[in-house]
Amino acid sequence: MSTFFRPAMSLIVLMTLITGVAYPLVVTGVAQVAFPEQANGSLLQDAGGKVRGSLLIAQDFTGDSWFHPRPSAGAFATVSSSASNLGPSNPALAARVNEDAARQYVPEQGPVPLALLTTSGSGLDPHLPPAAVDYQVARVAAARHMPVAALQQMVDQFTLQPMVGPPVVNVLALNSALDLLSTTTP
Amino acid sequence: MHSYDYAVILAFFALVLLPAPWLGRFYYKVMEGQRTWLTPVLGPVERGCYRLAGVDAREEQSWQKYALALLAFNLAGFVLLFAVLLLQGYLPLNPAQLPGQEWTLAFNTAVSFVTNTNWQAYSGEASVSYLSQMVGLTVQNFVSAATGLAVLVALCRGIARRSAATLGNFWVDMTRATLYGLLPLCLLLALFLVWQGVPQTFAQYAHAVTLQGADQVIPLGPAASQIAIKQLGTNGGGFFGVNSAHPFENPTAWSNLFELASIILIPVALVFTFGHYVKDLRQSRAIVACMLALFLIGGATSLWAEYQPNPSLNNPMVEQTAPLEGKESRFGTTATVLWSVTTTAASNGSVNGMHDSLNPLSGMVALVNMMVGEVIFGGVGAGLYGMLLNVLIAVFLAGLMIGRTPEYLGKKLQAREVQLLVVTLLVMPVGVLVLGAIAASLPGPVAAVSNPGAHGFSQLLYAYTSASANNGSAFGGFGANTPFHNLMLGLGMLIGRFGYILPVLALAGSLAMKKTAPVGQNSFPTHGPLFVTLLTVTILLVGGLTFLPTLALGPIAEHLSMGF
Repeated sequence: MSTFFRPAMSLIVLMTLITGVAYPLVVTGVAQVAFPEQANGSLLQDAGGKVRGSLLIAQDFTGDSWFHPRPSAGAFATVSSSASNLGPSNPALAARVNEDAARQYVPEQGPVPLALLTTSGSGLDPHLPPAAVDYQVARVAAARHMPVAALQQMVDQFTLQPMVGPPVVNVLALNSALDLLSTTTP
Repeated sequence: MHSYDYAVILAFFALVLLPAPWLGRFYYKVMEGQRTWLTPVLGPVERGCYRLAGVDAREEQSWQKYALALLAFNLAGFVLLFAVLLLQGYLPLNPAQLPGQEWTLAFNTAVSFVTNTNWQAYSGEASVSYLSQMVGLTVQNFVSAATGLAVLVALCRGIARRSAATLGNFWVDMTRATLYGLLPLCLLLALFLVWQGVPQTFAQYAHAVTLQGADQVIPLGPAASQIAIKQLGTNGGGFFGVNSAHPFENPTAWSNLFELASIILIPVALVFTFGHYVKDLRQSRAIVACMLALFLIGGATSLWAEYQPNPSLNNPMVEQTAPLEGKESRFGTTATVLWSVTTTAASNGSVNGMHDSLNPLSGMVALVNMMVGEVIFGGVGAGLYGMLLNVLIAVFLAGLMIGRTPEYLGKKLQAREVQLLVVTLLVMPVGVLVLGAIAASLPGPVAAVSNPGAHGFSQLLYAYTSASANNGSAFGGFGANTPFHNLMLGLGMLIGRFGYILPVLALAGSLAMKKTAPVGQNSFPTHGPLFVTLLTVTILLVGGLTFLPTLALGPIAEHLSMGF
């Protein structure tokens, strides 16, 4: 058995040192120099340097003057975040969607975009499809006493169009820009 | 579908198919110890490992010695990981001060990562410390994939060698697979992922005050380095609980494309590695054609099914479009479906959207991919050795039909080989049907199901299929973290892993000893369209006949009852 014992023990220790210690340390070292913002969580800081969140992690927004992200099955908890895992045939899914739709429905704007009625896989989806942002523009513009056209233009500026994925708007980035706007132009 | 949907599909196939012939040749050279452009850098490290471990790199092992070495190494890895998970509360690099895992959970987690399954009955950010993620889980992400690759090259040598008593050296194969096969690609992918937004830091969790004044904890950690090997090693165990749906694991459409392609990049390349071993790349192209055909059948079915609006949400106030429950906005339907098909075709098991909320037939495609044994590209090494078993079964069936002794690449298949093949055919049925039936018939374990009706049965079926196939994805509502399921699913994973590896090595040993008969006029060609068709039908029939009744009770019943 000793012909197997020594190589097994030595190699698991050596592989641990190479792949479990050296490799993550090298990646961390390079990443912290090359991409420090991203490596530390894409944190959003205010003028005073206080951390206000991460651009990649959704925040709960309530009230008419903010754009609302997708609903979160885990109530925006981050440790741990979660999904609803409701099966398509589960009556609880239809009940929740219908109830939320009745609350958000604006007859002149047609049916509520599905993204605003469904919880995401992560529970922390930081984005919305543009149509789901557009659906909220009239409400936010009214609450902030802004012209709808100006707000719509801002939304368009915040729309990302990757070649290999659907267009999205980062809700926190957009809300944060709105916040700055209202504090700098009283 | 929009232009970006077609773009992601085309880019995915280009990324995995174009480099495969080159990468496959690279793996052949590496595993046979030939010089490559990485040798000047990694050669000294490799030789240092052998010296410290007392390994003679030129010594060859019989299949029994090869298997014992593999088992000893996997056992050592299991013990180390089990200990780290139990004791992480007392170990350093634990800024979130997480306690040790409960023992059945630690057992399940350790088995899961050693067997390349990466089933997760826990959430990383809430129950695994930075130290456990690095020196525990990341290490097994590497060496479990390297173990699969080692078994594959042992089988390749068994088929290619003539009248030989040995299959190579496990210690050498495992070391080369890790150092040359996995590490360099992981370094590249990890840095790409950080650029896209994946955290890589040892700082503790950040604390934020949101724009509306709420407190928010932002979990961080050395995530990118682990996610790179999690994808490339067909592991699939997420740094965070919701896996690649988490915006920190998979922040953009681009990170998604590269993580997705990484799942089967190496498995596709290894089919060409096999061609180099047997000095006949036509065999590789035939196998790739079969894999691609099965992938496209599943992919097209799943895309079609997932683009159907959910009939139970038919309400004039609700937009009628492809379901979005459990999906992320930045991926959309196409990329989520493509991922669900790829992650189950391979033994990866990471998810970028929740499979539990997929439409019934798209969920079924994921199930079927696993039930056929994850041979559609499959896991690193494991996919192709599983596929070669199917090739041998197809050759055997063809031999029965034309009344000749079946032969593959000049090697006669005789009673011993066929017996070993039959053993491997029993692995999935035992894991899924026997263990699954026990779980389904006990009231306690059934309580883990979270959805009513047929979908509830699908959840349980999915869990036992995923464990036995060493996949690791889940219908996530299934409450798997109970002592019963932790132990039973752990058993399923062990059967699913070693129930293949040991017969495969025995088969390799038996084939290596045979003489190679010259390929004559009457030999059945194994590279033409006829054989590809036979192989494809064999895979679907063997898997289909075994599991069709369970599919009828789960996803098919759910589909019919929903009125699509």
